[in-house]
Amino acid sequence: MLDDLLALGDRVVASAKPGEQIEAIVVNEIETEVRVFDGGVESFTSATSQGIGIRVINDQRQGFAWAGSLDPDVIDATLGEARDNATFGSIDPNLDLAEPDGVEMAELVLYDESVNNFATDAKIALALELEAMTKDRDPRVMLVESVDFADSVGHAAVVTTKGIRIGGQDSGCYITAAVIAGGGEDTQVGFGYSVDRDPNKLDLEYASQTAVERSTRLLGAIKPQTERLTVVLDPMVTAQFLGIIGSTLSGEAMLKGRSLFADRLGDNVAAATITLVDDPTNPLAFTASEADGEGLATRRNVLIDQGRLDKFVHNSYTGRRLNTASTGNAVRGFSSTPGVGTIALSLIPGERSQADLIADIDNGVLIQGVSGLHSGVNTISGDFSTGADGLRIRNGELAEPLREFTIGSTLQRMLLDVIEVGGDIEWLPSSAAGLSLVVGDITLSGA
Amino acid sequence: MIDQALLEKTLTTATRRGGEFAEIFVEDRQSSGALLDDDRIEELTSGRSRGAGIRVLVGDSTGFAHTADLTESGLLAAAKAAADAARDGTGGVTTVDLSTQTVASPSPISVYPDTVAKQRKVELLNLANDAARGIGGAISQVSVGYGDVRRRIQIANSDGLLTGDDQVKTRFSVSCVANGDAGMQTGRESIGHTMGFELFDQYDVTELARKAAQRAVTKLLARPAPSGAVTTVIGKGGGGVLFHEACGHGLEADHVAKQSTVFAGRVGELVASPMVTLIDDGTMAHEWGAFAVDDEGRPAQRNVLIEDGVLIDFMWDELRARAEGRSSSGNGRRQSYMHLPMVRMTNTYIANGDTDPGDIIADTDSGIFVAQLGGGQVNTVNGDFVFGMTEAYLIENGEITEPIREGNLIGNGPEVLTSIDALGNDFEMGSPGTCGKDGQGVPVGDGTPTLRVRALTVGGTAA
Repeated sequence: MLDDLLALGDRVVASAKPGEQIEAIVVNEIETEVRVFDGGVESFTSATSQGIGIRVINDQRQGFAWAGSLDPDVIDATLGEARDNATFGSIDPNLDLAEPDGVEMAELVLYDESVNNFATDAKIALALELEAMTKDRDPRVMLVESVDFADSVGHAAVVTTKGIRIGGQDSGCYITAAVIAGGGEDTQVGFGYSVDRDPNKLDLEYASQTAVERSTRLLGAIKPQTERLTVVLDPMVTAQFLGIIGSTLSGEAMLKGRSLFADRLGDNVAAATITLVDDPTNPLAFTASEADGEGLATRRNVLIDQGRLDKFVHNSYTGRRLNTASTGNAVRGFSSTPGVGTIALSLIPGERSQADLIADIDNGVLIQGVSGLHSGVNTISGDFSTGADGLRIRNGELAEPLREFTIGSTLQRMLLDVIEVGGDIEWLPSSAAGLSLVVGDITLSGA
Repeated sequence: MIDQALLEKTLTTATRRGGEFAEIFVEDRQSSGALLDDDRIEELTSGRSRGAGIRVLVGDSTGFAHTADLTESGLLAAAKAAADAARDGTGGVTTVDLSTQTVASPSPISVYPDTVAKQRKVELLNLANDAARGIGGAISQVSVGYGDVRRRIQIANSDGLLTGDDQVKTRFSVSCVANGDAGMQTGRESIGHTMGFELFDQYDVTELARKAAQRAVTKLLARPAPSGAVTTVIGKGGGGVLFHEACGHGLEADHVAKQSTVFAGRVGELVASPMVTLIDDGTMAHEWGAFAVDDEGRPAQRNVLIEDGVLIDFMWDELRARAEGRSSSGNGRRQSYMHLPMVRMTNTYIANGDTDPGDIIADTDSGIFVAQLGGGQVNTVNGDFVFGMTEAYLIENGEITEPIREGNLIGNGPEVLTSIDALGNDFEMGSPGTCGKDGQGVPVGDGTPTLRVRALTVGGTAA
């Protein structure tokens, strides 16, 4: 498969005219998804999707086109469109494809053959087993709303006229359970999952237990009074915030005056306990990858070192514009030009468990989940407020559940207000790892 | 797109292992976009995606397969895969005879965007950029986006239905950053309609750009938003997001079937203030969520969901409607041929009230006025929802005063619906939106007149 994709890329790139730069990204993905409900299969989806994206740079102008098909006539038409589009772009002497930079690719094993060998019946059986064990786990479970098993095998190649020619393959699978607990006036929903590259290693017990615990422990939740206090962010919540902070450290945001940290390199922008690393070469990360979207080797980048802002991430364009180099952070699918972004973020973990962190807090809230984060954070001004639910922390212990409130601050203040980083690092099915995070002086808005 | 004989053969193959319903959905989507950022035409892009999704229903199970290969062998392979996935195995052959049903589009197109010179699109971007920057020195960055999409769909099913639609949408947006003593603020405006390039005969992009820029500049003076429960007046237009989240999702029949909504079992009950009439209408000409037929081939409908506060009906797709022995309400939609259809909203709005909007403000001693809303999210199981406010002001002694900074508003759907105590007579549709559900995004519209909610919780940072 990979050879086929590379060959398609070669064919496109070989048709470059004198003075023309061409980059082709070619992708193939095979996915299955099983959803079970009430002891039966609700839906089963099997699908292959393919696509190509072609970027053309000519006379210092750039154009792009993509297609969800690898048919030769479609590819030819796509190249023609990209060439035509390039004639309308602004002239920019900094436009160029990535130059090979000699950084060696990490050797990562991101593909597990077992995904291919896992029979359809086994996928269904796994989902049914998770549903059954979740239903019986706790009498307060009213309904297992859905259990999903999904797997994918992806292949991607990037070929350019600069001599870049790389391909990669990865596999992944996950299983999730969504539980509704309670009944009548008081119902709460909880979500649990397990993710791995090998379906045989999925942890159903963990997924089931998480979903049930997260739904049942919110039963009876009340709306809290407005106050300022210390919060502990659950790992899944921390991961979402890290993703947002990562987006403010993009070289593109810096270049275009859209980063609230634009002039802060070298400054202490976070508490000293914060060391933020983007490391796609860590195979534990769900989004680990050997190459970035322009075909350069990914690498470990320390963005914030013990509170000091050390680095923005770049693709080749933003690196060139800002007199630095790509950090291997071009991010894209086949339907877009390379953007800039973090790929696999994590904080360097602390020492202590969530329970130990909570034990130190007299009055606070454990934030179990947030909602509306996409509409509640302005990554340019830094203002944020997001809907949340969770549990009161009183005298070092978890107490009553809380709902229908928001937490708010600014990203700038929040980073400085971090009190402690937990030791409970979790590699989630997202581009950031989670761990418990204690943050002081957050405004909780409720009644 | 695909000829009738091949569609019939595909459906026959899909039902070869039994199954009470099979469907093929064919889609050909062409899109183009242009982006100006940082004073440069950064890129023009073109995209093409074409394929078919085939599903087979057997009992409570759905088998689904999709393919980008629209040849006979590609379609038949997908049909077999969908049939195998539905896993009935009782066999039997269903012969399918299709009869064509044509539904007129509520949104006829005057100027297909692919007939417009690309240079014309570039000119619009430059005009908007110049207008936004013309607002003054505080504007430090401007990005302008243009996009169009033409989506041709064809649907055939084992009930004999053969129909299709040709949907064209055009949109334009301007995002500005203003820089002041207290940091940066942003302003955004967007327009989008189910129409062609004639969109720009109706809207002046320079006016749109100035509005976005002015919004960013105004917010430079914004002070931290209050925290806690406050009386909230929501301006006309984009306030529809409130209802989309507060009750729209909760009225989708798939949630009802699983009892995962607070509105299950409440048809005929008073669920909202008697002022509230909530309508979902896929037939609204040229609105962002309009179409001739939905993605299951059912004609778009105007569905009254809540009338004078009383819950009238839910929204239905084919699957849920079949289970209940009723007909679909034309709300079966999907992101693309690669996705299964689900119950989705179209254009969701609150009908006009009879109060002058100025009187609503004047009658409010203290509270906030939200002029523009951002996106939102709802937990349908307990009704708690949030949505962002991207332009808001304090109301003091019956007057709109200072701007306040961005934040989320939070409430509980059933509670908020009953605590609407004023409804204006200035109905307007809001900006084009994309509604996300279960990983699929579809275009939706929403709208409201000015309205007041007795109390919503504002997630500000001011103590």
